[in-house]
Amino acid sequence: MGTAVLIAAAVVGGMGLLIGVLLGTADKYLSVATDELTEKIREVLPGNNCGGCGYAGCDALAEAIAKGEASPTACPVGGQAVAALVCELTGKKAEFTRMSAYVRCAGTCEKTRHIYEYFGDEDCRRVTMVPGRGTKACAYGCLGFGSCVKVCEYDAIHIVEGVAVVDKEKCTACGKCVDACPQNIIEMVPYDAEYMVTCLSQERGKSVKDMCEAGCIGCGLCARECTTGAITMKNNIAHIDQNDCTNCGWCLEKCPTKVIRKR
Amino acid sequence: MTTMLLLLLTTALVNNVVLSQFLGLCPFLGVSKQLKTAAGMGVAVMCVVTLSSAITSLLYNGVLLPLKLQYMNTIVFILVIAALVQLVEMALKRYSRPLYAALGVYLPLITTNCAVLGVALQNVQQENGFLTSVVNGFGTSLGFFVAIVVMAGLREKIANNDVPESFKGMPITLLTAGLMAIAFYGFKFL
Repeated sequence: MGTAVLIAAAVVGGMGLLIGVLLGTADKYLSVATDELTEKIREVLPGNNCGGCGYAGCDALAEAIAKGEASPTACPVGGQAVAALVCELTGKKAEFTRMSAYVRCAGTCEKTRHIYEYFGDEDCRRVTMVPGRGTKACAYGCLGFGSCVKVCEYDAIHIVEGVAVVDKEKCTACGKCVDACPQNIIEMVPYDAEYMVTCLSQERGKSVKDMCEAGCIGCGLCARECTTGAITMKNNIAHIDQNDCTNCGWCLEKCPTKVIRKR
Repeated sequence: MTTMLLLLLTTALVNNVVLSQFLGLCPFLGVSKQLKTAAGMGVAVMCVVTLSSAITSLLYNGVLLPLKLQYMNTIVFILVIAALVQLVEMALKRYSRPLYAALGVYLPLITTNCAVLGVALQNVQQENGFLTSVVNGFGTSLGFFVAIVVMAGLREKIANNDVPESFKGMPITLLTAGLMAIAFYGFKFL
């Protein structure tokens, strides 16, 4: 009995040894000289091979980063910690800007006209099915039923007076609320950005005024006045390009409806 | 000779490893998006299966059977297969970098491709000799190659079509695989 176990162990162990030696020799002949930098970057990356970066795996990403094809911050799983290590290795500046979500609607219960009472499922996606897209007269704004609040794992978004508001200190920029919002009014903006256009209504000025006191009437004054050209008008709505914005606050000064807000 | 040819035909088409035995579905669905990578995967699997069925057949008849260690066959076979996959991986890394990158994580996963172990165990069960084992392995992997390449060709065509939202991605792929399996069933009456 004992010898049978020993024989089995010896056979399998011997085979393992033999295969190990064979593979070792094969490695000598077949190995490719991989870049030292690639190897080092690979060690820093998480190694889950999840493919979240868009490459075939951590090996592929490490190679792309070493070649300069991918940004050192390309790994979405590692986040800032991994990005910092990779930047150290590649000698590139860490261009990791902290982001936070921002809800582009200021139509609180007081400011927006309501067209009917709604009794039903308290879920934004459901509400988009009813005529007029919700109780508020404006079809573009926050519905206020908190689908974003439900998906947030960090307690960073809340409904305040019928409009979702993000606490940017708690926000980790995971993007779940952006996906959850059926109105597509939640945007990712840099954490440092101060001035936002808090409306997304594409209606013309007069109808916006009729529906909501806090709407952008699309006058375009901010775009004309902006000193750095960061503001553009599209579909009756102002957009601030946060890359060009210097946070000077001139647009807020000029905005007649004060729909540009400082946060 | 005729029996060998017949065996080849049977294993490659009639008892197609993917479409009638439902083995090796993971790479079949995972790496069949592009014709080129699918062909690469097919060739890699062919190398591994043919080599592994040769080696495992030799090992089984030469080592395990005389020592009465038949019950160790699964472990020993997996050992051999893992080593072979490693070898193929090294060779691919050396000689075809783009293919290596395209196959990605599916390449080491050939180790756990049940088609590979399936063929090795089948050889043992049917008490195949060395030559029969090799032909069986080659035929089976040829079947895998045919299935994955045809599938990739279909999927490339499907990608250009306007697929309904709810069928996009895996659902339409699985439906296609099912229809292909039915088509291959027709070979039963050859």
